[in-house]
Amino acid sequence: MITNPADAPSDTVERAVRPRAVPDTAVEPGRTPVARPPKARPRRPKRPHTPLNPRPSVPLTLVTGLVLVYTLLPLVWLVINATKNQQDLFDSFGLWLGKDFRLWDNISRTLTYDDGAFVRWTLNTLLYVAAGAGGATLLAVLGGYALAVYEFPGRRAVFAVVIGAVAVPGTALAVPTFLMFSGMGLANTPWAVIIPSLVSPFGLYLMWVFAAEAVPSELLEAARIDGAGELRIFFTIALPLLRPGTVTVLLFSMVATWNNYFLPLIMIKDPDWYPLTLGLNAWSAQARTAGGEPVFDLIITGSLLTVVPIVVIFLLLQRHWQSGLAAGSVKE
Amino acid sequence: MTLLPAAAKAVSPPRSRPRVRARGNALVGWGFAGPFAAVFVLVFLAPIGYAFQLSLMRDRLIGGTDFVGADNYVQALTDARFWEGSARVGLFLLVQVPIMLGIALLVALAIDSGRLYGKAFFRVAVFLPYAVPAVVAGLMWGFIYGPRFGLVGNLNEALGLSLPDPLSPSLILASIGNVVTWEFVGYNTLIFYSALKVVPRSLYEAAAIDGAGEWRVVTAIKLPAIRSALVIATIFSIIGSFQLFNEPSIMQNLAPNAITTSYTPNLYTYSLAFSGQQHNYAATVAIVMGVLTAIIAYAVQLRGMRKG
Repeated sequence: MITNPADAPSDTVERAVRPRAVPDTAVEPGRTPVARPPKARPRRPKRPHTPLNPRPSVPLTLVTGLVLVYTLLPLVWLVINATKNQQDLFDSFGLWLGKDFRLWDNISRTLTYDDGAFVRWTLNTLLYVAAGAGGATLLAVLGGYALAVYEFPGRRAVFAVVIGAVAVPGTALAVPTFLMFSGMGLANTPWAVIIPSLVSPFGLYLMWVFAAEAVPSELLEAARIDGAGELRIFFTIALPLLRPGTVTVLLFSMVATWNNYFLPLIMIKDPDWYPLTLGLNAWSAQARTAGGEPVFDLIITGSLLTVVPIVVIFLLLQRHWQSGLAAGSVKE
Repeated sequence: MTLLPAAAKAVSPPRSRPRVRARGNALVGWGFAGPFAAVFVLVFLAPIGYAFQLSLMRDRLIGGTDFVGADNYVQALTDARFWEGSARVGLFLLVQVPIMLGIALLVALAIDSGRLYGKAFFRVAVFLPYAVPAVVAGLMWGFIYGPRFGLVGNLNEALGLSLPDPLSPSLILASIGNVVTWEFVGYNTLIFYSALKVVPRSLYEAAAIDGAGEWRVVTAIKLPAIRSALVIATIFSIIGSFQLFNEPSIMQNLAPNAITTSYTPNLYTYSLAFSGQQHNYAATVAIVMGVLTAIIAYAVQLRGMRKG
């Protein structure tokens, strides 16, 4: 992948080229060796600060830190307020704990409220993410590989049309898509959410760029001369080479389907098929409806439960975000 | 929000090297690309065609539809509610997009300068909101804005202030802008940072030898080098602004008086189609909005890609 040598931790580079320290038991002739106390290892001198390795600056860190506070404050607020019951939400200060620590109680009530609707919505979301994001990644890998490796009639046209489609506001398509799916009898079924999620123009473009860089044509030629079929070449040679790009596309598709709101809002009327995003919004609307029970504590706890998995995945795989976004900007 | 890799150079297909022809080349190529193309036609091209067809028709009172030519378009172009929503997202775009991209650019330059303590932490933490669903972001900020148990209410109580209500009709657009900024600042930062990372370091060495200061390096080397990333981020932010839907739709529950059903063109389209059952007119408004967006995005691209 694109790792910049300037970003590599300097000590690993130096450790690789430094000779091993000579054991400190050199014996002078004619004397029995005496075990000497081991010397303290000399500290490695710090690299001098150069224009390419500048001294960190406190003011700059503080100013940029303000943006960080802005970024993290709402999430901190969410975590703190997920520990409060409704009474405490109204009575206590927003960035401080309330009288009672109710996090576990809130979680259990969130999971059981309304006959366990939240659990059902979670399972629906997992279904949409697995089928939608998994399928989108598969199609993007196949398509991107084809565009990078084969010359076929219409190849240029595919590119032009896909890039053009990216510029079409997705929401402009929503109404006609809904009407089409209604006509096919697919509206209000999981298919109505999964099928539109299968197309990721971004994923296709990324895999195309990636495959053009990562799959050397010499390898494919050698395999063809050896008599391997095109499918076999794809599965045994290309797919392993494409793995980093594949993971990136999968990550972005997962976040997109996990967070999707507009598409299911239009397609799904039956609360049994809601994803988490629609479910939370329905709870939020409940406070406004006549006779509806306000459940602010459950909305806040449910929001936290919705964010946690995606944040965990994000933190575990964050290297892949970086590499994927940089893939379009590889320079020789 | 649609995505594109960062510094895709003035969007063009990657160079392909000359290759040995595979047997049955065309067939094999389409075999691999076919599944994507088929679904793409079903969920992108067919709806566009269908929307166009709908926009030329109108329901008769008693069953069936009539061909009415450009009538729907005339109605849309003279529809005050549509233009009011368009003007609102236009204003939103002029204020929110520069602020968001400006902050993102500053943070990206700060991380790239190597002068931050805890650079890696900054990079991850600032991108975090991108993983938060718009629904959760809208609900969370909506609560924080709330006068009853939000931070705004807390501050009023604690300090005896009477801060203006962020959910009031006069401030709600700025409040929505803040939510959108919070969601996408980190994403744009990452795009700019990725573009900065591939600038050859030797340029900085040469600049240092020539005695260029930090600021000069930014204006003379870094900004020109990430020009295409800036243009692409701008275009996608513009498209995102015109499509503004999620945040106002979610905050409607908290500020029903401030956010009307035609608050943005997309909310208008949605309410026309799903509350008003006016499918033909909804499709027309969507098409007009799409064309408007495409024109403005294209104009920005032409300006941005012009050799300065």
